Amino acid sequence: MTLNMGPQHPSTHGVLRFVVRADGEVMREAVPDVGYLHRSIEKIAEKVGYHGFMPYTDRVDYVCAMFTNQGWGMASEKLAGIEVPRRGEFCRVIAAEFNRLASHLLSAGTMAMDIGAMTPFTHALREREMINDLIEELCGARLTFNYMRIGGVAWDLPPGWREKALAYLDHFDPILEEFNSLISYNKIYIERLANVGVITPEEAINYNLVGPNLRASGIKWDIRKDIPYSVYPEFDFEIPVGSGEWGKLGDSMDRYMMRIREMHQSSRILRQALTKIPSGPVLAKVARNFKPPRGECQIRVESARGDMGWYVVSDGTGYPWRVHVRTGSFAAMGIIQKLSRGLMIADLVTLIASLDVIAPEIDR
Amino acid sequence: MEPLAIYQRIKERFGDRALEISDGKPDPFCVIDPAAIVEVATALRDDPEISMDCLSNESGVDYRDRIEVVYHFFSYRLRHGAVLKVRLPRENPSVHTLEDVWKSANWMEREIFDLLGVTFEGHSDLRRILMPEDWVGHPLRKDFVEPLEYHGISTVRESPIIRLDSKKK
Repeated sequence: MTLNMGPQHPSTHGVLRFVVRADGEVMREAVPDVGYLHRSIEKIAEKVGYHGFMPYTDRVDYVCAMFTNQGWGMASEKLAGIEVPRRGEFCRVIAAEFNRLASHLLSAGTMAMDIGAMTPFTHALREREMINDLIEELCGARLTFNYMRIGGVAWDLPPGWREKALAYLDHFDPILEEFNSLISYNKIYIERLANVGVITPEEAINYNLVGPNLRASGIKWDIRKDIPYSVYPEFDFEIPVGSGEWGKLGDSMDRYMMRIREMHQSSRILRQALTKIPSGPVLAKVARNFKPPRGECQIRVESARGDMGWYVVSDGTGYPWRVHVRTGSFAAMGIIQKLSRGLMIADLVTLIASLDVIAPEIDR
Repeated sequence: MEPLAIYQRIKERFGDRALEISDGKPDPFCVIDPAAIVEVATALRDDPEISMDCLSNESGVDYRDRIEVVYHFFSYRLRHGAVLKVRLPRENPSVHTLEDVWKSANWMEREIFDLLGVTFEGHSDLRRILMPEDWVGHPLRKDFVEPLEYHGISTVRESPIIRLDSKKK
């Protein structure tokens, strides 16, 4: 039996489609069909110039746009050899980690919803709205931020924002515990997720999985620690790794718990960043007519969906010659066809949710 | 190992088939004879001192006179990376797939085939991935001209700002 799932389906996290060949409830194979959100952002980059491309990077992954901003900023800075002021780097880290919280909350909430638990979704979204309020105060936007610039960030923290953010974190940490007791340790939830869609460490590397999906398979690798960028080396935080305590190592439950644990760590980083933030300028002097010298570079940023690689080729003019974004969701989609063999159709939904696939990031 | 040391090792082992080593500014890279890419890639993976266990990125660049396929390798075990390139002619560019070496090449090569028109020999599932299957042309080529319509759907939109201006007159 051949089934069509999507492109309009509430559990596919954006517009993507699966052609499912199933035998009753058991899938022989699910073939992903992507490209519904292809906007050719890489081609647009070649036409709009370095500064002009910054708002477009928001659309690469609109759930965690701070990281795409940061990746583009860092790639341009590396090409031109620009140094970001220290306060600018702190602002970037604070904005990015708040964005990671928002993104992981959405991921955990929709995961619960895909399984059929509606209430945790509303709890997660309530918290995400509060973070969005904070980010809105910071940069004026709730989803497509356009907050960072080449050489720093657009605006300094508004007066009183630091205290507000710290107060929010005090509220947030107990909420995470509440969320855990609400859903994470629920027996039905664990039964649905444990031992489903197991990815071995070798497979995870071979298929180029990144970020939480890779760490869930037991590989301790985080760009923030292992190829440090920005001011991350100054903070004390841990990298959670999958343990397989609910089932096998690298199953859907491990991937889900990875995001919950990362939220704890993000909260830790945020507290340190908000207390340590130095004074000074937030934006380096960058020419309006920005022309990096001829050359090419790749930058890797640990986004909410993992290692995001920006490969930029400059030909010495004001327009990049080529921009390529390697995103976590693209790699994660590549493994679904293999994992789907022998799974139940209902488990495909949790598999997509546990890999935290975001459609615009696949298609760009 | 530093990237340049890795390229020197490739040069020692493969001689003329490593065509060029560049310090890149800022990222160094090494250009390889397209016919030797599978051999070099397998050697990079299996050499215990290099041990590239992951193909972290594969992309293509159109330079108007040639097309380059760029490979970013990475080793999780030894925590270092390298960049290899192959240069292909613009007419019918073709190179052997790396799918048998790293599975992640499958989708990334489909994307390069779709957007730049590079054929990967031996690829198990080479079809368009982002564009519709009946699309003509490869959008990331520098001389690509977007068709004015696709199945009767217009791809251009009259600018509302210009229309307002013309009404004033």
